[in-house]
Amino acid sequence: MHTVPQLVLLFVVLTNFGVLGTTRLSTCIRALALQGWLLGLLPLMLASHLSVHVMLLATGTLIVKGIALPWFLHWAIREARVRREIEPLIGYVASLLLGALALGLAFAIATRLPLPHLEESLLVPVSLVTVMIGLIVLTTRRKALTQVVGYLMLENGIFLFGLTQAESVPFLLEVGVLLDVFVGVFIMGIVVFHINREFDSLDSANLAELQD
Amino acid sequence: MNVNALLTLAVLLLAAPAVPGIAVRTKSMLSGRRGAPVLQLYYDIAKLLRKGSVYSTTSTWVFRIGPWVVLAALLAATLLLPLDGTRAVLRFEGDLVAFAGLLALGRFALVLCGLDTGSSFEGMGASREVTIAVFAEPALFLCFITLVLATGDVSMSGMLGAPLVEAWPRAAASLTLVGISLFVLLLAENSRVPVDDPATHLELTMIHEVIVLDHSGPDLAAILYASALKLSVFGALVVSVFAPRTGLGPVASIAILLAGIGLVAVAVGIVESLTARLRLNRVPQLLVGAAVLAAFGIILLLG
Repeated sequence: MHTVPQLVLLFVVLTNFGVLGTTRLSTCIRALALQGWLLGLLPLMLASHLSVHVMLLATGTLIVKGIALPWFLHWAIREARVRREIEPLIGYVASLLLGALALGLAFAIATRLPLPHLEESLLVPVSLVTVMIGLIVLTTRRKALTQVVGYLMLENGIFLFGLTQAESVPFLLEVGVLLDVFVGVFIMGIVVFHINREFDSLDSANLAELQD
Repeated sequence: MNVNALLTLAVLLLAAPAVPGIAVRTKSMLSGRRGAPVLQLYYDIAKLLRKGSVYSTTSTWVFRIGPWVVLAALLAATLLLPLDGTRAVLRFEGDLVAFAGLLALGRFALVLCGLDTGSSFEGMGASREVTIAVFAEPALFLCFITLVLATGDVSMSGMLGAPLVEAWPRAAASLTLVGISLFVLLLAENSRVPVDDPATHLELTMIHEVIVLDHSGPDLAAILYASALKLSVFGALVVSVFAPRTGLGPVASIAILLAGIGLVAVAVGIVESLTARLRLNRVPQLLVGAAVLAAFGIILLLG
């Protein structure tokens, strides 16, 4: 009974490491899309009974996180013609090891958090590790698009944490989360294209140099 | 020592040369070719055994005994595996360290052979082989630690035998991760595609093939058989993790083991058809990834 959501959460962590370890942006986005699909399945598996609220949450997540956002990102890399992250601030092996560290930390923190007893004990550590790895990607990669991916992973982590309260949190709040991301990505998309047009590359380090 | 274990061992030793054949056959079929017969390696070994060996004047006794040390180390490592699903021919507390040590000894002997020829190509291959081992071995140990934590038994026979069956419902997630990690290690340790290409023709890009370039006759036969056996041993490891076979009859147990190793070989062939070889400086990344998976398995068990 409990093994299926556990395996899904496991795959969420694996997609995190997938994003952390690949140079190709399209692979990153595919991993993110997979994560979106997994997150869409989770509310259905964790709910004690299938209410309209849960169904809406699941379909909303699937459409936004699993289809719309990856499609938007794919469109962005096609338009901006970026294929891969050239040189991250921290190398891939080092960031994988950092990810492993984050994993250990997340599990250590999760056991010490004063939370009410949960049906699915893996949910909290996995949400924490997703937030941390999202943060790693967000801070150590140079391409604006990879940073968007990192931001979305961070957001996915928060969504996972929200799932622990899925029964009691009002429907509006969840929709607010999804809307938040959507708006965020659109703003980032605009920023990304401005960086691209201005500097002919998506390297956000260019923004640090002051020019007339 | 029980008869079943010996019998399974004999069957595995007989079947080992067919395993790389299955991988090659899968690869050729997927790319629309007919490919070499599955039993090709048996013919090759039989041919090589009938021939004499040629030794270069720069090589010493190290080069001559090397292949046989490799073969002996692999055979000894096979003795420690619980092939029939319950217990190995040889078992003692902590034999997993001996298992890893024997694999390392085989690699050490092979690398020494390569260095002994004095050829710069083989030296390069040797250095690459060792570089990969540096990343592969910690991953192997992390896998073993996960298995030990899951089963509470510190011998190969225990952690891959009966206690593993009981551990599966408790630790399905960790054990799945270990299985995947072991499969990646199988690809790396046996010089298969994302790490090394067994079919490459350019010495500059070879890893395993270039080390054995100077061997001939029975020596080469020993190396070929040892590498086929290594592939089967790792295949048996993966199969033992995913399909523990306790409480089955000896025949069913052997059949499941052989079918499982066959499936693993097919999977290797599929991976070889689907992926290109990784750039050499990206190989550590793959292996660190495998190690992280195994470490995740440990964290899941502790958490």
